[in-house]
Amino acid sequence: MAEEILLDVRHLTHVFPLGRHGSVKAVDDLSFQIRRGEIFGLVGESGSGKSTVARCVMSLYRPTAGEIWFQGVNLCDRAACRAHRTMLQRERQLIFQDSTSSLNQRLKVWDIIAEPMRIHGIRPPRGTYRAEAEFQMHYVGLDAGYLDKYPPELSGGQRQRVAIARALSMEPELLVADEPIASLDVSIQAQIVNLFRHLQREHGFSILFIAHDLAMVEFLCDRVGVLYHGRMVESAPTSALFQRPLHPYTQALLSAIPIPDPRLERSRTLQTFSPDLASLDGVLVKEEPDHFVLREGGRP
Amino acid sequence: MEPVLEVRHLTVQFHTPSGTVQAVRDVSFSLHKGEVLAIVGESGCGKSVLCRSILKLLPDTARLPSGTILVNGVDITGYGEREMTKLRGKLFSMVFQDPMTALDPTMTIGAQIAEAVRVHQPRMGRDALRQRVLELMTLVGIERPAERMGLYPHNFSGGMRQRSVLAMALAGDPAILFADEPTTALDVTIQAQILDLLRQIQRQLGTATVFVTHDLGAVARVADRVAVMYAGKIVEIGTAEEVFYDPRHPYTWGLLQSLPVLSRGRETLPTIPGMPPDLLHPPKGDTFACRNPYALAIDYEEEPPLFPITETHFAATWLLDPRTPQVTPPVGGGLHG
Repeated sequence: MAEEILLDVRHLTHVFPLGRHGSVKAVDDLSFQIRRGEIFGLVGESGSGKSTVARCVMSLYRPTAGEIWFQGVNLCDRAACRAHRTMLQRERQLIFQDSTSSLNQRLKVWDIIAEPMRIHGIRPPRGTYRAEAEFQMHYVGLDAGYLDKYPPELSGGQRQRVAIARALSMEPELLVADEPIASLDVSIQAQIVNLFRHLQREHGFSILFIAHDLAMVEFLCDRVGVLYHGRMVESAPTSALFQRPLHPYTQALLSAIPIPDPRLERSRTLQTFSPDLASLDGVLVKEEPDHFVLREGGRP
Repeated sequence: MEPVLEVRHLTVQFHTPSGTVQAVRDVSFSLHKGEVLAIVGESGCGKSVLCRSILKLLPDTARLPSGTILVNGVDITGYGEREMTKLRGKLFSMVFQDPMTALDPTMTIGAQIAEAVRVHQPRMGRDALRQRVLELMTLVGIERPAERMGLYPHNFSGGMRQRSVLAMALAGDPAILFADEPTTALDVTIQAQILDLLRQIQRQLGTATVFVTHDLGAVARVADRVAVMYAGKIVEIGTAEEVFYDPRHPYTWGLLQSLPVLSRGRETLPTIPGMPPDLLHPPKGDTFACRNPYALAIDYEEEPPLFPITETHFAATWLLDPRTPQVTPPVGGGLHG
């Protein structure tokens, strides 16, 4: 399989101004790539800039510096964005964490799923918008009985499926999922994670999967990037990252994954990470193929 | 030893225009001094309602048609609002899921903790009060408390807010602490820290803790005993070792299997098929039967009683009836030895 790069984020920096008091650097010189058909996981604690990255990739924020290349278009270039507006809007789709607020409560499920097609004036390939919505719902594992329901009548997991169906109705190249499972029950999380995996394996979707739950990331993602205070501290294929975490922050994150084994879990001490342990001023160093770690001054 | 809290055959119903919702059905458990009991279940299984019914924090539509709640051997089932106010905070207090809604955004953290202390000790002097607030903040692991007393909730991170809420809950030295999903809104690293803190406080103060969560993986670290709830009933209860190493109920198997840590290298995560039943019209027989791959014919007819496995371990499934064929559990058992 050719390693075609679908999304290329280069030296992305995003700064939020804070009035006269200065500014907050939410994302600092971040670079990563997503290959076609790959699930890339972005993990980090809250406030590490994960969602800012998602919003920059979706052009909801204008990055302060850096470039984001998607299908040959630089998303930071206004003229290029305007020229490819329709393509960019169709080919990138975002799934939010909170399905309660991201779905219009006054629309029926099938209207919600068909809305992007209406906006883009796409003639439904299966005859009617309703048939199209039914097809998409079937795709994400909901039966046609839910077509005429309103979002508040559905459970959290079902609502998240509707949000995914809405995103898929555009048949996007890239799905950006910003903590799609964080507000769900563990048993429902497993169902949604299986759905993402199915979408990738069977239909070749590329997914930027943002989460703070490392156990799910390990199960789902092909490659993982670890964010800390807006910097990428480690990036590696999932198995390498989980077997040989090199950065102390990654090690602390991994040690926080709860193990469902009382004796083992109680005898374990948690690793904590304090910023003094490792400087954030370093550069990403290649440790092994595809495995990068932030090192001070470029030396281990 | 006499339990601090004993709940016997508690049933909670909600009267709604469309009928009566059976939120909690015939639940019995006991809690001893200095023990952490984890109540685990999916959303809507009645675990929060169960806690709130003990503290009598339920809305007016709720009814308790049967059951007794004994605290230190005293029956508080019939207590009214005035009597409960005296007990809340002193005898038991509660930590809620979302620390932001539990805190007043216009008051400093120090003032809010002081307020909680003053409710219990109205005659406390200014210096003693300040000392007590500092002590509580140190107890819950807030570093440099003297500086942080004057900060507002929005200055705090999620973990720090949850620690402040915990300090307020501990202000009256409660005998029982109810923690309703205290870590769900937090990051994994912070979650682990809060769990350790709960454990440490329980050791230090001897507080009995009821820890409510949907994440079975998170409780291995803190819980002495685990109760698994499904559709308003406790389907399995036992010590943490028994539930994790020797689970007996198919629902517990399902919950354990859906943890990704136990499914490394698998293509898909095992999930529990279907949806929790509608508690307005609970199905006949075992409410879990239609989602249970191990369901027997009798599951659709009659609800299983709680079968004892050991003195502390009980599970409500017909699989434990001596007449049913032996089933090898998909998790537990040989897994951890």
